[in-house]
Parts: sequence; C-alpha cells; structure tokens
Amino acid sequence: MIRSFLRKLMVELALPLILFGLLYALSADSTNFYFPSLAAVLEKFNGLWLGPRFFSDVIPSFQRLMAGYLIASILGTAIGIVIGGHAGVRRAAEPVLEFFRAVPPVAMIPLLIMSMGFGDAMKITVIVAGAIWPILLNTVEGVKAADSVLDDTCRTYQIKGLARLWHFILPAASPQIIVGMRLGLSIGIVLMVISEMFAALDGLGSAIIYFQRSYEIPQMWSGVLMLGLFGFGLSMAFRLFEHHVLGWYYGMRDLERKS
Amino acid sequence: MSAVMNNEEPKVGTSGASVASVVSVQHLNKVYESKERRVEAIGDLSFEVRHGDFTCIVGPSGAGKTTLLKCLSGLLAPTRGTIRVNGHDVTSPPEEMAIVFQEYGRSLFPWKTVRENVELPLRERKVPKDQRKRMVDAALEAVALAGVGDSYPWQLSGGMQQRVAIARAVAYQPKVMVLDEPFAAVDAQTRADLEDLMLRLWSEFDLTVIFVTHDIDEAVYLGQRVLVLSSSPTRVLDDVPVDIPAPRTQALTRVEPGFAELRTRVYRGIQAAKAQKVSP
Amino acid sequence: MIVAASNGLAGNDAVPRMTPAARDRAFDTATITRWLGSMIGILLLAALWEIAPRAGWLNRDFFPPLSVVLGRLSVLVATEEFWGFVASTIRTCVLGLAIAAIAGVLMGLAIGLTPGARKYTHSTIEFLRPIPSVALIPGVILLFGARYQSGVVLITYAAFWQVLLQMLYGLNDIDSVARDTARTFRFSRFGYVRHVAWPTLLPYLFTGLRLAAAMALVLAVTAEMVIGSQGVGRGIVVAQASNATPEAYAYVLVAGLMGVAINMAARLLERRLLQWHPSVRNAGGAR
Repeated sequence: MIRSFLRKLMVELALPLILFGLLYALSADSTNFYFPSLAAVLEKFNGLWLGPRFFSDVIPSFQRLMAGYLIASILGTAIGIVIGGHAGVRRAAEPVLEFFRAVPPVAMIPLLIMSMGFGDAMKITVIVAGAIWPILLNTVEGVKAADSVLDDTCRTYQIKGLARLWHFILPAASPQIIVGMRLGLSIGIVLMVISEMFAALDGLGSAIIYFQRSYEIPQMWSGVLMLGLFGFGLSMAFRLFEHHVLGWYYGMRDLERKS
Repeated sequence: MSAVMNNEEPKVGTSGASVASVVSVQHLNKVYESKERRVEAIGDLSFEVRHGDFTCIVGPSGAGKTTLLKCLSGLLAPTRGTIRVNGHDVTSPPEEMAIVFQEYGRSLFPWKTVRENVELPLRERKVPKDQRKRMVDAALEAVALAGVGDSYPWQLSGGMQQRVAIARAVAYQPKVMVLDEPFAAVDAQTRADLEDLMLRLWSEFDLTVIFVTHDIDEAVYLGQRVLVLSSSPTRVLDDVPVDIPAPRTQALTRVEPGFAELRTRVYRGIQAAKAQKVSP
Repeated sequence: MIVAASNGLAGNDAVPRMTPAARDRAFDTATITRWLGSMIGILLLAALWEIAPRAGWLNRDFFPPLSVVLGRLSVLVATEEFWGFVASTIRTCVLGLAIAAIAGVLMGLAIGLTPGARKYTHSTIEFLRPIPSVALIPGVILLFGARYQSGVVLITYAAFWQVLLQMLYGLNDIDSVARDTARTFRFSRFGYVRHVAWPTLLPYLFTGLRLAAAMALVLAVTAEMVIGSQGVGRGIVVAQASNATPEAYAYVLVAGLMGVAINMAARLLERRLLQWHPSVRNAGGAR
C-alpha cells in the first residue's frame, strides 16, 4: 500500500523535479539582467512572498477574486437557469449573449475606470463581467439538455417549482455548470491580475508591474512564480470542489467507459 | 381482483360512464400538426378501467400506444375527448397516477441513491420522515431490493433499475399505476421475474394497473383484460377478457389451452390492425 | 444528448400531406417569427443603449448613446489607422493560433501515443496549465517590448494548453474497439494514427481551436492594452486616455464584433469539416 503510494508519488514528481533541476542548473551562472538565475529568484521569493507581501498583496487579490467569482457564479447560474428553461427567452437572448461574451472584458477596464474609479468596486465588476459568461452560457446549455424523461418523471410525481429546480434542474445541469465555473475561474484570475496591473496600490498584479517598472527583475520573476502558484493552488481547490459535487457523475461515466 | 369478483353493479352516471371506474377514456382523439404533415395518431378511443383491474394494452408499432399513455398521464393534451381519473378530468398529470417509463435508466435521478429516488415523491407530498422511511423500506422489500438502498441507480443492472422505478411507483401509493412497455429493454429471464413481481405487487398492494406492451404473451399472462389497438388513427379493435384464474405461474399458465386461444385471438387482432395500415 | 422522440410520430403514410404551395407559406411564417424572436433581444438592447444616456439614466459622459458611438465608428472606418489596428490584431491572433495548433497537436500526439508518457507528464501539465498567460506579460515585455510578438507569445502559450488538453481528451476517447481492430489488422503506427486516431481526434481538435480562437482575441487585445503594441486594444487605451469616450466605445464594439465573427466562423468551419461526425450532428454545447 505504502509502496504503491510512494511509486505514484515518484511518477508524479519525476518530470517536474527534472525540469526544475535543469532550469536551476542552466540558469545558475546567468549574468543576463532580464533572466537571472533561478536561485536568485527563489531567494527573493522566500523573502517577499512567504513573508509580509503575502498579507499585503496576495490576500487582497484573493479577496477581490473571490468576491467577483462568487457573484459571477451565483448570477450566472441564476440567469442561466431562467434563460435555459424557456425556449422563447433563449432565442431572444442568444444573440445578445453571443455579443457580450465576445467583448474582451479587458477592453472594458478603461471604460470602467472612467465611471467607477480605481477602487475595488471596479476590479470586482471587471471580474464579474468576464467570469460570468462561461458560467451563464454553460448553465443555459446544461439546463437545455436536461433529460426529457426525467422531466416527465417530475411532472407525474408532482415535483414542481423550487423542488424541481433543486432536485432535477440544478443537478442535471451541474456537470456543465462546473465546466463553466472552471473557465470562469481562469478568466477571473486573468482579470484580477490585469485590473491590478492597470490600477491598484496592492495586489499581485500591481506588485509584478511595480517590480517590472523599477527594474527589480528577480523580484518581478518571483512575483510571476507566486502568481503561478496562486493559479495552481486555486486550480487544486477547484478540483476538490468539483469532485465533491460531481462524485456521482464521475462514477457514472467511469462505469460507462468500462462497459 | 377483489372488486371484479364481488359482482358489484356499477352505477351509471350522466355521462354514461360507470362510477366505479377509476379511469375513463371517452372518444380520445389526438392529432399532431407540424408544418409538413398532419398525423392523426389517435382516432377515437374509448375504454374504462375499474378499480383493481389489471388491463393490458397491445397494438402494432406506430399504433399510438405512447401517445395514449402520454394523454392518459396528463403529459400531453388531447385534441378532443375526455380522460377522467378518479372522478376528475385530466388536464395535467393527476396526483393519483404513477408511471413507470420504458426508459428506466433515464427516469431515475443519477445523482440520488436508490433510497433517495424512491422517497422523493413522498418528500414532496410532505410525508413525515418516519412514515416515509417505512414506506420506502416496504417498497424496496416488495421488489426484493432491500439491500441496495444506498447504491446509485447506475451501479445496478437494467432489471434492478426497473425494479427501483417500480418501487418508487408502489411507494407513491397511487390509485392507478401505468407502465409503458417496462420490460421491453430487459432480457427474457429477467422479464419473466419482473412479470411475476408485477402480479405479486398487484395483489399485495391492491393496485389498478394499466400495462402497455408489445409482447402478446406477456399481455395475456398478466392481464385480466387485453385491449387490442388498431394502427393510427387508433381505436379499440378488440377487448379480450382473460379469464384464466389466479394464481398464474410462468411454468403452468402459459401451457393452459385457454391461454393459447386467447393469445391467438389477440394475435389475430394485431395482424388485422397491421393489415389495415397497408390499405389506403 | 439524445432527446426521446416522445411525440409518437411513426412515419405514417396514410395521412394527407400539405400541398407544396401551402407548405411554402407555412415555412415562411414560422421562420420569420423565429428570426424575429432572435432579433428582439438585440433590438431591445440597442434601444436601451440609445435611450438610457439620453434620458439621463446613465451619465452621458461615461456612457455615450449608441448613435454617437456608431457615428464615431463610421468616421473611424474611413481612416487607415483603424484598419491598421484591426489588421495587426488579426495578425497577432492568427500567428499565435497557428503556432499553438501545430505545437499542441505534435505534443498531444507525442504524449498520447507514447506509452507511459501521460502519467509522467500529468503533474507538469496540471501545474503549468492554470498559470495565467498574463503572468508572462513582464517577461514578454522584456523580450519584445511593445512589438506585436509579445501578443503572439501570450496567445501561443494559452492556446497551446487548450489544444493540448483537447488532444489528450480525444486520445482518451478513442474507441477501444477501433483500437483493437487496428491491432488485429496490424496497422503500422502511422496507419493507426491516420485511420483511427486522427478521425476521432478531429472534433476535439476543433473544439480546442475554437476555444483557443476566442481566447486569442482576448489575449491580443489584452497585450495591446497593457503592453501598448499596435492593435484594437491600443485604440481603446489611447482613446480613453485622450478622453475620447465615444471612440473608446467604438473600439470596444469592434472588438466585440470581431469576437462574434471569429466564433461564428469557427462554428461554421467546424460544421463543414466535421459533417460526418456524430458529435457535431448532435450539436453539443460549449465544452
């Protein structure tokens, strides 16, 4: 048991360790100003991000992201359910949604700065404006594809209204909604960083740009590394969430695959 | 079964339908209109089902059996005619009716366990928790699935899934249970077991059953009465009383001479129905 | 998703059909109503955009009415600079996508077809792919400055992961029966790829490219806005900096329209090239 676990661990870590080692070794003697050695970057990383900056930058970034992401998820799911449930509404809404989702949310940042200023409200709005689309559109698809036999079942057994939503529509659409939420998370992170690069006093994005502008290169790269870990950490957290919610779906699919 | 044996004299209401009937279909007509064509699926269908009956409905494919079922269960609105269940008109799915669909896999919620699936309609009816548990246990016991309450439907075989759907219908305690070719997608051995299960449940829970099937043998084996439908525009071609007494068993009932006669009569009815389809 | 045909239509021929003339009339009314239904949303939105600023519901300075924006757009469309921007953005997108597609396909095949490669690369892929491409912005500024290549790098990075992931999903999905059949007939490695793997992979590849294309536009505009390379994004920033609000909105509108055009083109292409594939015939959702 322990043996197989260790073996799995080794397989997982093999390539990353090799790449890391290579990078470390190849960059060790770097005198390039723009691409310092990995060792230098790690040293700065230690000092900055495992220290005070974690609280002064990473946490605020995270808070903004979560605020925007949660709003986007709730709004996107709710609106998606309404649109997905009525063919007429869907038909009218589809072109509008197609257009809005095509506008790069980044493009709205300058406009939002004009009307909302540089504060958190603007950033959260940008995050919502970008993250909501995959969630909304995927919710519409998920609701649309809800099984008609299950629908008939609900009708015959008098399962209506909120109960129908909770026991049938939401779970039926959840695999698709989760896909949308995954995309929304990536988009949210991107927008969080960019909005901070544009206009912020704190946050990961603003720190990275600050370092870049003051030519503090190793610090800049350490910030990039922190951002990568940030994204990775959130991705792992999402995975856990996904497995918790969609356990039944994966079980079902795995069984289908085997047969 | 008991009601039939009691020789009750059904009272005649103003519409001409007997008051003792649980389901009454009068001159049902259903037409589908689309931009290309107009299909009269059901022409003029009338029949009644009394309390405690086990009525089987057979017909050639395309005979509108599914349409009939959808109208009966309130899932589809008829073009003309009336359907009454338990004394009131059917405009939306009636509360007193439970349906077991042909596609059993798709009629069970894959995100709920077997137990949760069976108890959901009861939850909606606001049945208190302890009573619910008892009803669900009884239903699962009745279909011989007492041990799988915590499994998910997709972990079970096809036959077991259909039994879960039946358990759900039974736990619901409907006045009428309607089954739409429920054993069509199941292998022959399992089908025989499920047929016997149906007979047991019917007598144990005093149900009224409407059972649609394309299998003539099954119809005669299970029913006290077989309605033979014509092809569209559908109407009742023949109403065959099956007077083979209980208990019915797979081994013996099917070789009784009465069985063969009835079977032939139904068979001929269906052949006639098919022949009508061909003529312009 | 397979929708149960629950209306009982069983192809009965003993039924009166409509005359051709009647059928044409019916066709027109139904389609027109449907088309109107789709347009209603857009028309409502346009009306709102026009009325809200004029009626004072929204601040006119920050939110010019649609007619003003469109007016500005029509002026822009006549300038060379505008088309220069558009062309630059398109070039960045196309280049980035092309490189990403080739790299993604090759890497996908390499990983998918080499036994054992998947489990060794799994952790690396899972670590690298959530890294937002914006993390590369500082690096890219250092390397390419404000030239369009910075955008290309961002796009290539992000699009590569999309394509690669879809390729891996696709390879996972290859019908095991098909695989066994190929083995029985002793297909060469190349034959296997050509006759079994590739046709199964194509729809996945297209999904990846479609998703990547949408992403490419966003990233191109982002790069132009943040780094300052030539393109539609730069148009937006410059307009906003000089307080030319209608112009900024005009460029945003253009970006949106480009996005819609890309999406539609991608879907059309997908449908054309993959007509034979059942997944396209069932028209799946955004996956």
